[in-house]
Amino acid sequence: MPVEFEKNTKFAEYANPEVLVSTEWLQANLGQAGMVVVESDEDVLLYEVGHIPGAVKIDWHTDLNDPITRDYVSDSAFAELLSRKGISRDTTVVIYGDKANWWASYALWVFKLFGHSDVRLLDGGRDKWIAEGRAFTKEAPSPAKTNYPVIARDDSTLRAFRDDVLSHFGNPMIDVRSPEEYSGERTSAPAYPEEGALRAGHIPGAASVPWGKAVSEDGSYKSRADLEKVYLEGAGLKPGDNVIAYCRIGERSSHTWFALNYLLGFENVRNYDGSWTEWGSLVGVPIARGVEPGHAKALIK
Amino acid sequence: MALETEATLIEDFNSLGIQDRLNLLLEFSEKLPELPTRYLEHPDLLERVEECQSPIFLFVEVVEGKVFLFFSAPQESPTTRGFASILFSLMNGLTLDEVIAIDDDFPSKIGLSEAVSPLRMRGMRGMLARIKRQAQEKR
Repeated sequence: MPVEFEKNTKFAEYANPEVLVSTEWLQANLGQAGMVVVESDEDVLLYEVGHIPGAVKIDWHTDLNDPITRDYVSDSAFAELLSRKGISRDTTVVIYGDKANWWASYALWVFKLFGHSDVRLLDGGRDKWIAEGRAFTKEAPSPAKTNYPVIARDDSTLRAFRDDVLSHFGNPMIDVRSPEEYSGERTSAPAYPEEGALRAGHIPGAASVPWGKAVSEDGSYKSRADLEKVYLEGAGLKPGDNVIAYCRIGERSSHTWFALNYLLGFENVRNYDGSWTEWGSLVGVPIARGVEPGHAKALIK
Repeated sequence: MALETEATLIEDFNSLGIQDRLNLLLEFSEKLPELPTRYLEHPDLLERVEECQSPIFLFVEVVEGKVFLFFSAPQESPTTRGFASILFSLMNGLTLDEVIAIDDDFPSKIGLSEAVSPLRMRGMRGMLARIKRQAQEKR
């Protein structure tokens, strides 16, 4: 039995209102049977500094990424992780994190690769919760171990690989990085370390829509009407489009993937997690520089 | 004299399990000294560590041949603060020659790569390299 969905006039406008919860709702529903709250941050120690009471921690790097291969953890490692965190296959999972949920939406996307059905995002994330002066604790829970089943990860529906991108040319793509990364001035976000892509620029044909266009000042998602202005009017997406979103390593684009997929109802949106750290180092693939999207077709042989 | 030596830090961290290494890093982050007023008023004197994911700035001061370190990093970046604090305990009060002699590879020897991921360790190596470079320039 999933925990009852939030009734909320802002969320009701979205294509899938049940994937978000507000800070008010979470506060009122903390400790509900059948629900586990997960914090997922960029900083591996931020959870230890303080977190929502009862929340468990899942780290994008040490928990969700395989330590050897550049990929997500194996099916059995994911099952083991969720079992350790006290999550069952039918648990309602609410994820939140820092940076307006970059890593939280990334974690949510990984949960979806493994087909976990009820995963919700805390609208506005950690910062909004703190700004509202809500309860915080350093006490880590000791969840009872569950027996999460080993599920084969589905990489075919929500995830794009580099060959998928090559065969996607002609369809819309959204580059969610900063304008400087898109135009080719830098390979990582301003104030972030350069992370080893050998070329700078963007995938030809991709529209530039920095991730932050999807959120209001408090870090929560904009209303449906405002999101439509950004992605339909601004970026020229049309209902029914087949879309690929990417960024540097796939975390900011998970945030945009969430908005396109669940809030605007695009049914065919994939996140290219190889993103610029892969594309910007691949031999022989087309790259565009400058502020214009460029044309992919003219570039491929 | 600094508070810690390379050998004791390497031993302290490596004698712990992964979660306790994180806890020790958190303890270090809580001990990072505040920036004195003279730097708070002159942020331009501080050098930005580009290798870190979080905004961190540092400055190396030399008084009578001894090195004193100053860091500024936000409270919501405990990992970065922890790295800075470890380097502070290792190097603050050493002579210039002692600072320059610190092993460039020290960050990879304290067993944190597994606990925080190798990617995040780049930030600590960047800090160490910048401290040693500033020390070299002030020699």
